Amino acid sequence: MLWFVPTLIGLMIITFTISHIIPADPVAFFAGENATAEQIEALRARYGFDKPLHIQLVNYLIGVTQGDLGISIYTQRPISEDLLARLPATMELTFMAVFFSTIVGVPLGVFAAVYRNSFLDHFLRVLTVSGLAIASFWLAILFQLLFAMELQITPLQGRIDGWGPEPITGFFILDSLIVADWESLKSALSHLVLPTLTLAFPAMATIVRFTRAGVLDAINSNYVLYEQAMGLPSNLIIWKYVLRNALIGTVTQIGLIFGILIAGAVVVEAVFDWPGLGLYAVEAILNSDYNAIMGFTLVTGAFFIIVNLVVDILHGVIDPRTQG
Amino acid sequence: MFESAKFIISKLAKDRTSLVGACLIAGLILIALFAPLLAPYPQDVTEFHPPERLLGPSMSHFFGTDRMGSDIFSRMLFGARITIAIAVIAIGVSVLIGVPIGLIAGYNKNWISDGLMRVSDIFLAVPQIILAIAIAQTLGPSIENVILALSATYWPFWARLVYAETRSALTETYVEASIALGASPFRVMVFHVLPNISSSIIVRTTIGMGGTILTAAALGFLGLGPPAPSPEWGRTIAESREFLPEAWWYATAPGVAIFLVVMGFNLFGDGLRDILDPRTRRSHDG
Repeated sequence: MLWFVPTLIGLMIITFTISHIIPADPVAFFAGENATAEQIEALRARYGFDKPLHIQLVNYLIGVTQGDLGISIYTQRPISEDLLARLPATMELTFMAVFFSTIVGVPLGVFAAVYRNSFLDHFLRVLTVSGLAIASFWLAILFQLLFAMELQITPLQGRIDGWGPEPITGFFILDSLIVADWESLKSALSHLVLPTLTLAFPAMATIVRFTRAGVLDAINSNYVLYEQAMGLPSNLIIWKYVLRNALIGTVTQIGLIFGILIAGAVVVEAVFDWPGLGLYAVEAILNSDYNAIMGFTLVTGAFFIIVNLVVDILHGVIDPRTQG
Repeated sequence: MFESAKFIISKLAKDRTSLVGACLIAGLILIALFAPLLAPYPQDVTEFHPPERLLGPSMSHFFGTDRMGSDIFSRMLFGARITIAIAVIAIGVSVLIGVPIGLIAGYNKNWISDGLMRVSDIFLAVPQIILAIAIAQTLGPSIENVILALSATYWPFWARLVYAETRSALTETYVEASIALGASPFRVMVFHVLPNISSSIIVRTTIGMGGTILTAAALGFLGLGPPAPSPEWGRTIAESREFLPEAWWYATAPGVAIFLVVMGFNLFGDGLRDILDPRTRRSHDG
């Protein structure tokens, strides 16, 4: 808890150092070959690149505390505005992936534990091992080949056909529900299918693994033996008492799962042309837009740190034994 | 030492999944070593044959040809060299940085050890691929820079692990005894603590290989890996995208290759962990 702010400042210093150790001059690169020395100087002054490094670092840190991540050399807009505009697309996709991987992963994990060493358990083990070994960009391409190109039952890429619903929250599903725009809702949902499946697959594999291990641990405990002796129906024991204890372990892995999802989003968004933060980062890479890459790194890092903080607090609430 | 190695090998040989993993890894190493002998067209790593571009799989081109008319099978074999070089060097550097830092931070209890652990916490606070993207982008696309980016982002895993293991080893009697006998801190760390925590380091290193290969391939896919005409697997998948769905074979070979190799390290690592690190044993049979 206490380390939240120092960790963020440390992260800022690291991203700043990375972006400023380069010998290449981003301004000269952007200004083009025909720019005069004065024009390059003027551009430098505009982006603050003419000041000494430590002054630049202090200015950057002060800017960040005021929500100013600098100006993107490529889009010529404030990076914080760019990132904010892209955020809903990534959040919508990530939320769907979390939802899908949990709703499928937890029951599968329970079944694998209850019917351990059955055909289902072996099949799920192969599936989870594959989920953690497959490159998500390749899986994305396989899905595109099969569902979008061969069977043509889902769109190939993008987030929606046409302009989308009236922007209120920026979440297309919510917005189209609010204004009762069913065409947009259908389009938004169909565009979500493939990116969600791709993103959710490794996360689901992780959830199945941890739920299975958690249920197996809980199933052998004394209270389960007691409940069985009391004659409680086994379904009730499993889905109510065992699952609750098993999920404690799974909840602590949410941080890990978010890590998988954020890392996956960069490549998945690139393949599906999904206009979120990940695609923004990839575009920034292609355009050598250093400020934008650093802004993206900082924002995802901060988000990740906050998620882990919340998980720590949640863990203490669910399982009081870990406090102290 | 020799006895324990024999024990581990005999245990591993009985576990079917780790045996599969070991075979996959051995296959990768053999392919990387003998790529020039195994490849039907070794010159196709750099040579182009535009008239033969985008041919489907056949007896003369097992996995078809790519956009330049080069034999994909031959290029994949040479791609194994890049994959193994990146993974082995990046992980090796991470271990060489992380293990001493973890040992020093774990053995001492002062501001230096706090500082070292805080720095590694900052690196662990961000998903590895994000920092690796930032570093690889700044330095420019090349094999060396991918290795640098991965080493710079992966070392904290070993620092954290070794730190925790060293702290718990310090409470053991054998460490206390050697300190009481007047052994220097260096001697205690290197000759007494390190051998006793080596099994956790080995397990972490094996499992880390799979993740590193996936991240390296993702960097290649995003155009941050070695530049064209490198036969790097991730880059090949990226190249194939504009020729889909007609050239379906183009992305298949590198995709399957990455999958099998990562699977090999994951299975082997799981098996090793079961034998060497009983505390975290996966619940096999309840």
